[in-house]
Amino acid sequence: MATRCQFENNNDVGVFAKLTNAYCICALGGAENFYSVFEAELNDHIPVIKSSVAGTRLVGRLTVGNRNGLLLPNTTTDQELQHIRNCLPDEVVVQRIDERLSALGNCIACNDYVALIHPDVDRETEEIVADVLGVEVFRQTVAGNVLVGSYCAFTNQGGLVHPKTSIEDLDELSSLLQIPLVAGTVNRGSDVIGAGLVANDWAAFCGLDTTSTELSVIESVFKLRDAQPMNIVNDLRASLIDTMA
Amino acid sequence: MEAQAFAGQATFQPQSTQGFVLCCLCGTNILPNASNMCVNCIRSQVDITEGIQKQVTILWCKECGRYLQPPKHWVAAELESKELLTFCIKKIKGLAKVKLVDAGFVWTEPHSKRLKVKLTIQAEVFNGAILQQTFVVDYVVENNMCPDCNRQNANPNSWNACVQLRQHVFHKRTFLFLEQLILKHDAAAQCVKVKDIHEGIDFFYAQRGHALKFIDFLQTVVPIRFRADKQLVSHDTHNNTYNYKFTFSVEIAPLCKDDLVCLPAKMSSSCGGLGPLAVVSRVTNHITITCPLTLRSYSMDAPVYYRFPFTALASQRSLVPYIVLDIEPVAGPGGGRGGAGGQGEYGASGPTPQSGSGRYLLAEAQVARVADFGRNDTTFFVRTHLGHVLKPGDTALGYDMVNSQLVGLDYEAHVAKGGRVPDVILVRKSYEEKRRRRAAKGGAAAARPWKLKSLGMEVDDVAGPGQRGRNEAAMDADRERFLEELEEDADMRARINIYADKERMAEAAAAAARGQQAAAPAAAPAAPAGLMDDDSEGDDEEDLPQVPLEELLDDLEALGLEEGGAEEGADGGGDMDMD
Repeated sequence: MATRCQFENNNDVGVFAKLTNAYCICALGGAENFYSVFEAELNDHIPVIKSSVAGTRLVGRLTVGNRNGLLLPNTTTDQELQHIRNCLPDEVVVQRIDERLSALGNCIACNDYVALIHPDVDRETEEIVADVLGVEVFRQTVAGNVLVGSYCAFTNQGGLVHPKTSIEDLDELSSLLQIPLVAGTVNRGSDVIGAGLVANDWAAFCGLDTTSTELSVIESVFKLRDAQPMNIVNDLRASLIDTMA
Repeated sequence: MEAQAFAGQATFQPQSTQGFVLCCLCGTNILPNASNMCVNCIRSQVDITEGIQKQVTILWCKECGRYLQPPKHWVAAELESKELLTFCIKKIKGLAKVKLVDAGFVWTEPHSKRLKVKLTIQAEVFNGAILQQTFVVDYVVENNMCPDCNRQNANPNSWNACVQLRQHVFHKRTFLFLEQLILKHDAAAQCVKVKDIHEGIDFFYAQRGHALKFIDFLQTVVPIRFRADKQLVSHDTHNNTYNYKFTFSVEIAPLCKDDLVCLPAKMSSSCGGLGPLAVVSRVTNHITITCPLTLRSYSMDAPVYYRFPFTALASQRSLVPYIVLDIEPVAGPGGGRGGAGGQGEYGASGPTPQSGSGRYLLAEAQVARVADFGRNDTTFFVRTHLGHVLKPGDTALGYDMVNSQLVGLDYEAHVAKGGRVPDVILVRKSYEEKRRRRAAKGGAAAARPWKLKSLGMEVDDVAGPGQRGRNEAAMDADRERFLEELEEDADMRARINIYADKERMAEAAAAAARGQQAAAPAAAPAAPAGLMDDDSEGDDEEDLPQVPLEELLDDLEALGLEEGGAEEGADGGGDMDMD
């Protein structure tokens, strides 16, 4: 299910939250509303934690992560790093990296298998991303924008990209990621997908302005209509049994 | 082949096909745009004309058809004109926030007191999407009489500023000339009323600015000084407004061409020792004085003149006719200044003293008073600057310094100091005799084939009936002398417009034809006067200055065009001029 929510009257939920298949980080806010929306939806399955990054609330834009790991910018304080390490499951590798482009969430977009990165990101960072997150890394742009993290959002199921993306680019990205992609909008026509939307394989959260049309596009491309956390396990089990048989 | 070669060199352009996205509101397939909404949804979401006035009231003066441009400016504009559109658009509040793309009138019935303007505007909505929208603004035209018309209706001849133009001399020729200058430059276009009064003219204006503009014009054509005064008419303590009537007292320097002046000692020294006895040779916005004994001249503008003002010692009224018995140019460098080329009549006789511009020629003449002629043998030897025009036997006008009583502090100081005073100062050649002879010969021939226009001036009726007659006689004399001056002075003619009088020309031609017919049987040479003369009288007639036909302008009347109301009055006056 896709859920609409707001962070302190702001529709850019992707800025204030980071959602993966293994954990969710929310910004420390004045009110509990934002956090409780996430908690209600996710707490049964994955840890939902509250934290700041580098003293700011821009958790979603400064960090990048997936089921395997979490990368933090070098401005993250030791305390924050420690807090996050303590709260996340042990199998998630948390690492602070020295990257000039410190808004990692804007520069890097990833799911559990593939990551798209800003073309100017350091080679070392690229290697760390590949190692820590366990993904294949591609330097890419989305509709001519280098900030791939801002202009697209994708999970293992599917992805939403900037509305101006041409069909050729869409095909290319789709073949790199091996998932279906669609060009679309969030928050009543906003093209900053990454800021307006956070998603994992069974849940998505978008700004309160998002229209029903947009919501239906999101639900269908991220395959959220009948998604349950256990679906994956069931799928896996089914396919395993299939191969065994 | 070539095309392929070029294609090979060109940069690789990846193909890019724009995909469709769903409109975020209605889900229609659209090409992505800045707001990612389809046009219909945008229209339903935002109204860019919000905050723009859709109904405006404008005030219109029924009398003069002008519209009020607040706070108090009234603009004249035709219906559906560019000016009216500008005015209408300016009236709309809130247009500054959007971009105006197109505007035009929607036709409305002229008497409906409604104007409709169709505007197309563009504005930015959402994230940089530009929306264009067309809408109609209604204007309600309300009647409101403008203050000008209000005042006009209350009192048609009301004026706010008056220019009192005066010249303290005994004739009005300056004003006759000024009238022509004003007509030529259309300087009195904004004048409400022109009034001809003793020693001058009053010009009345509805606005102070118009009067100031007129004074500016006067400053460029005549030497003047003026002072401005204002009289409080009414005043409102509540909004601190004051209503004044402005009066400008303008005085023209009381000097005319051919006046004799005696310069004050300071002025004389500032002119480089010129004079002190000198003749005014030309008056424009500068006064040019020439010393007849040395040909030196000096030109001064109004401020310089008013620093040490001086009046005429003697003016045209006291000119006395003299007969030139003998005249000889002064030879040699001692005779005068200049000598720029001997183009004069005596040019062959060696270096001739001429004024710098070659306008005058210094000569020594033996003259006798016309009144004395045949009675006694009194003759005078004089130096004159008129060597270029005078011939023995000519009549010249001059000031009789021996017999006249000249009064003036400067003159008396000059005499007391033992300054030299010549017996006679000749100022111009006289054509009086020749004119009289021609006038005697016939009416049509003597009449001038040209005319002048005139301002429709009101005449001041203060004088009694008897005095009125005398004034008119004096006025006619002044006018006649003015016309003669025009004939004699090409510089003066060049500054004004002279119009051909077709009727007079036709009459003259008819008279000439009649004369020829009458003369033919008698086998005598035809003697029509004017432009074609026979040899016997040729000397006199050719000498008589006339306005060359090529200088005359064709009146608009002659072309069959009407010039409007203002011109009619002028034409009427013009006819009167000639009568």
